[in-house]
Amino acid sequence: MSNTVKIFLVLIGLALVVPFVPGLIYPVFVMKVMCYGLFACAFNLLLGFTGLVSFAHAAFLGSAGYVTGALMIRFGNHPLGMPAAFGAGVAAAALVGFAIGGLAIRRRGIYFAMITLALSQIVYFLAVQIRWTGGEDGLQGIPRGSLFGLDLSSDTVMYYVTLALFAAGFLFVDRVVHSPFGQILQAVRDNEARATSLGYDTDRFKLLAFVISAAIAGYAGAMKALVFQLVSLNDVSLHTSTEVVLMTLLGGVGTIFGPLLGAGLVVGLQNYLATIGDLVTVVIGLIFIVCVSFFRRGIVGEFLHLRRRRAERGKTRPVLTATRAEAPAVEAA
Amino acid sequence: MAEHALVTEGLTKAFGGFTAVRGVDFVVRRHAIHALIGPNGAGKTTFFNLLTKVHTPTGGRILYEGTDITHESSAAIARRGIVRSFQISATFPHMSVRDNVRVALQRRLGTQYWFWRSIRSLSVLDDRAMALLTDVGLADYAETNAADLSYGRKRTLEIATTLALDPPLLLLDEPTQGMALDDVDRIKRLIRRIAVGRTILMVEHNMSVVADLCDTITVLQRGEILAEGSYEAVSADPGVKAAYLGGGHA
Repeated sequence: MSNTVKIFLVLIGLALVVPFVPGLIYPVFVMKVMCYGLFACAFNLLLGFTGLVSFAHAAFLGSAGYVTGALMIRFGNHPLGMPAAFGAGVAAAALVGFAIGGLAIRRRGIYFAMITLALSQIVYFLAVQIRWTGGEDGLQGIPRGSLFGLDLSSDTVMYYVTLALFAAGFLFVDRVVHSPFGQILQAVRDNEARATSLGYDTDRFKLLAFVISAAIAGYAGAMKALVFQLVSLNDVSLHTSTEVVLMTLLGGVGTIFGPLLGAGLVVGLQNYLATIGDLVTVVIGLIFIVCVSFFRRGIVGEFLHLRRRRAERGKTRPVLTATRAEAPAVEAA
Repeated sequence: MAEHALVTEGLTKAFGGFTAVRGVDFVVRRHAIHALIGPNGAGKTTFFNLLTKVHTPTGGRILYEGTDITHESSAAIARRGIVRSFQISATFPHMSVRDNVRVALQRRLGTQYWFWRSIRSLSVLDDRAMALLTDVGLADYAETNAADLSYGRKRTLEIATTLALDPPLLLLDEPTQGMALDDVDRIKRLIRRIAVGRTILMVEHNMSVVADLCDTITVLQRGEILAEGSYEAVSADPGVKAAYLGGGHA
């Protein structure tokens, strides 16, 4: 069993008992962490494993939330209402991702990021203007409906359904990273020109990664709409897009569990420091500065790095000396 | 089959007002080792970049095996079998040496878009990857990250990755640049060995490499062909001497 699977099973095991100890930790809080955790995993698939910075991820989270929410309000009573609305939300996010990604992928680096930012602002504008999104009010009182006959209006049932959805989403991200496609994505991230010279149409790989990432962000958004029975403009705002950057960097970009930890920390701080009001932003900002200055790989990233260094120190000293001896005497000619 | 592996007709590239490559008519015979030399700024790398469509030509045509490839994308040209190496080492630094080679092998498997399959489905390529690494002498480093290799080994890995595609036409951009003598010899032997059954076009500054390996040499100067022929013929050419040493000393 790989370490990833072990850690994952431990986390799921812990999550399973949460509803039995409400005095220790709120199930609603854990559900929020799972929604944002998956959202951050989706973002990490792009930043960590493809090398693309997107400022449009709130647009995917939000548009899926709006579509799922609006459909639930109309068809929530239907026995298949919830899975259909959920699927429609994910599909909507994938479509928005295809549109934004398709336009942005022609540019690189900061220009790519800026185009995603501009296009996500259009989505925000639409959310304010279109009637069925509820404008400033957002969508409130979204019914949760039922899944396979289970009534989701109970928080405990919803908790376990959310946990199952989260586990499936997380394993899917892990599979994408560790797939034949994921290998090419890492190659594109490491050296795009070289990947092209090996015959890979790198733009198509980046676009597919973008759409998958958008779809997973939408999956998290649809989950969130059902859990909180609420979708608001905040879900499609730039603030949410930058928050997910923070979560991912704080936890460790390019690691499997980093984004989860980052999401847990940020959501936790927001929840437990809610009493100090707007100062939360200052605290999170300070944490971010510390993170970028002192542990740039993020918490999980630094941990893995330390462990690898320690393992190497144990065994590879002779190899290192050999490498040094054969290192090229540059400019000797 | 066309007589020549690669032909350019009047190939031209202008950057704004500056013409880096000017009307180059150029032919690479099949199975030749052909060198492209010239002083700094002669347009060698630009010419290479035109062949692999990193830049788009402003004029002229490129024919590969008789087919016009002037308007094809970089990746499409690579899939036709024209694979290049780069002036600076081009590896995937955060992937293991074996995975570097496997990425190249993966294209033939046709599963590059399969995001739902396990990475274990790629292990069928491991034997081939290890065979290629053994062939170039990197088998002991298979699990090392490419970033941790010495410079010479990075270049060797790059060649192994290129060979994984089994390309009929290899474009090598300064394969021995910045290398110590030992490494230069190693790369030289490697190039001679892999040239069997392939066509190789390389940009190279190291004249001993060019003299030992190449059957035909083309000298570029200011974006135009100055001379062409065997090493002896080219090195005796007064125009070439002038270009390298400056007019006053010729």
